[in-house]
Amino acid sequence: MTSLLPQSAPPTAGHPGRLIQPDWAEIVRITPETEGISTFWLRFIDPQVRERYHFQPGQFNMLYLPGYGESAISMSSDPEDEERLVGHTIRFVGTVTKNIGRLKVGDVLGVRGPFGTSWPMKQIEGRDLVLACGGIGLPPLRPAIYHIIRNREKYGKVTLLYGARTPKDLMYPDEHEEWKRHDIQMEISVDRGDENWDGRVGVVPMWFYNFRIDPRNTAVLTCGPEIMIRFVIYEGLARRIPAERIFVSLERNMKCGQGSCGHCQIGPYFICKDGPVFPFSVLQRYVNVEEY
Amino acid sequence: MLDITISRGTTVALPKAEFDLLLADLRENGYQTVGPRQQDESIVYSDVQSLADLPRGVQTEQQPGHFRLVQGASNNYFDFIPAADSWKKFLFPPRVELFTVRKGQGWEYVETETDTPRYALIGVRGCELAAIEIQDKIFIRPDFYDPTYRLRREGLFIIAVNCLHPAGTCFCTSMGSGPKVEGSYDLCLTELDDIFLVEIGSELGRSLLSKRKYDLPSAFVQNIANQKLARAVQEMSRSLDTSDLPGLLTEPETLEAARWDDVAKRCLSCGNCTQVCPTCFCWDATDSVNLTATQASRTRVWDSCFNPAYSYVFGGNTRPTIRARYRQWLTHKFGAWKEQFGMLGCTGCGRCLTWCPAKIDHLAEIAALRAEVNP
Repeated sequence: MTSLLPQSAPPTAGHPGRLIQPDWAEIVRITPETEGISTFWLRFIDPQVRERYHFQPGQFNMLYLPGYGESAISMSSDPEDEERLVGHTIRFVGTVTKNIGRLKVGDVLGVRGPFGTSWPMKQIEGRDLVLACGGIGLPPLRPAIYHIIRNREKYGKVTLLYGARTPKDLMYPDEHEEWKRHDIQMEISVDRGDENWDGRVGVVPMWFYNFRIDPRNTAVLTCGPEIMIRFVIYEGLARRIPAERIFVSLERNMKCGQGSCGHCQIGPYFICKDGPVFPFSVLQRYVNVEEY
Repeated sequence: MLDITISRGTTVALPKAEFDLLLADLRENGYQTVGPRQQDESIVYSDVQSLADLPRGVQTEQQPGHFRLVQGASNNYFDFIPAADSWKKFLFPPRVELFTVRKGQGWEYVETETDTPRYALIGVRGCELAAIEIQDKIFIRPDFYDPTYRLRREGLFIIAVNCLHPAGTCFCTSMGSGPKVEGSYDLCLTELDDIFLVEIGSELGRSLLSKRKYDLPSAFVQNIANQKLARAVQEMSRSLDTSDLPGLLTEPETLEAARWDDVAKRCLSCGNCTQVCPTCFCWDATDSVNLTATQASRTRVWDSCFNPAYSYVFGGNTRPTIRARYRQWLTHKFGAWKEQFGMLGCTGCGRCLTWCPAKIDHLAEIAALRAEVNP
């Protein structure tokens, strides 16, 4: 119905003739990231699924832990990973994710996906990019970073604004140098520093006051706490970046991933299939409605 | 049997005694015949073998927050207007197991044999048929389908019935779904004292009916039926102005109206309206394990946007107030639904009015919102 939005492709993992029945994947590697957050690297057990499964930056999977349920998790790995592993950076906060946190290498999870729309990497070619994220909002943007690095000449100035609570909460620190080497300007801030911190203390949207951008040629991709997203959008709009070029990834309760269970609706949109990535122009009329 | 050719669109007069034979024929052909039964001072849809199982001469008294069965003057079977129960439960069961897995080398699916029941629905009203057609758009889409719904829907046999005695909460004329049945059925009844006028809607319906003793209806009989239908339209006491829908309910100004605070003081957020609604489709998946945690199942259950857990994400509930939840329900049903599925999500059956324990008249709420936004 909504021609404004890109259509998400049908999922390639999960039994098509059954409602929400996952395919199985083995945990090949677990990378602890920060306190309470790890990345789980999965490989589909069925070689056919492994072969046909591809995702785009910004999409998510439904991960299933038998007995506990499913959780919607964005992929945080390189979509073109040579080993065909699919990385999910998970914060252990709910019943499902806390118990995924207890799993070991060799354990098996159910996977359905990929679901939803992706960061519009093609559409934003030639633009200066501002990637603005906070906390667990970085993982869904990491596949976009890998894509940018692989196609660096296709994008203009790229700035990554990344905020975390404390220096200990900064994720993927080993990769930051690599990202900088590919001419990604890193602007990191924390809410609270420690004795060794000599970087910025503050909130992500404040960055807009310190740097110049060219609104005619800038696209913003943002993901993180809704309060941060909201102010990133305000600051972007205030600098006359058009709403069509501010891309937002939203999070809602989801059960199906296919616009059937109803939980993730905002206005006419099902965030699981019409999102999670939206151009702000289509959300504009809804986001400021309290508790909508 | 009379030597008359019947085909799709033909209307015949069927003696009521013949109807039981038609039901028997359906059962012989593997259908489970389900229809209205009087039970617990209400009417529920469950197995029926013959007309004797149906309520007889029963009418219903319905107002917001009010439902009573009353004995009418006639001996007819379909004088009542349906109660809380709807056909939704047969196509989209309130609880259905999705799969079971067993721990082995990892996890493996336990294959379970499930026979899909083939239902013949007896007495589907215009609003109810419209509701089934709305749910078709939700559960059978080009990009996605629900296998439980699709299999059951494909095997469905529908005997519709025209409503002649609307209840006090009916407003199907406003939603274009009744009281005369529109849409796709196998057979459609208009009940008179001794006969059913039966309109043939499908080849399957025709072949079943062809084995029965019927007659072509006289002009006199058809005239009576038409008069009764016309009177039913006139008796419809409620109406909804849909001329500015869905627009009215999607405008940011309406979404922030003060009326939501007012209705939030009355709404209990009990979710009755969503459970009795024949088009509400939201569901949740629940998990269970055996005692040794070696076997786990996922079960799909009906959910409701009035349930506080419905919109819970880590860190909080995106709709923590009754105001937000009632607004979501009403603006979805009469607003956003149109953009999602090409039609409004309401067929005017009136169940959400009748079964609201707080007696909220949702039509009055829409009118109040309209008056507030367009003074």
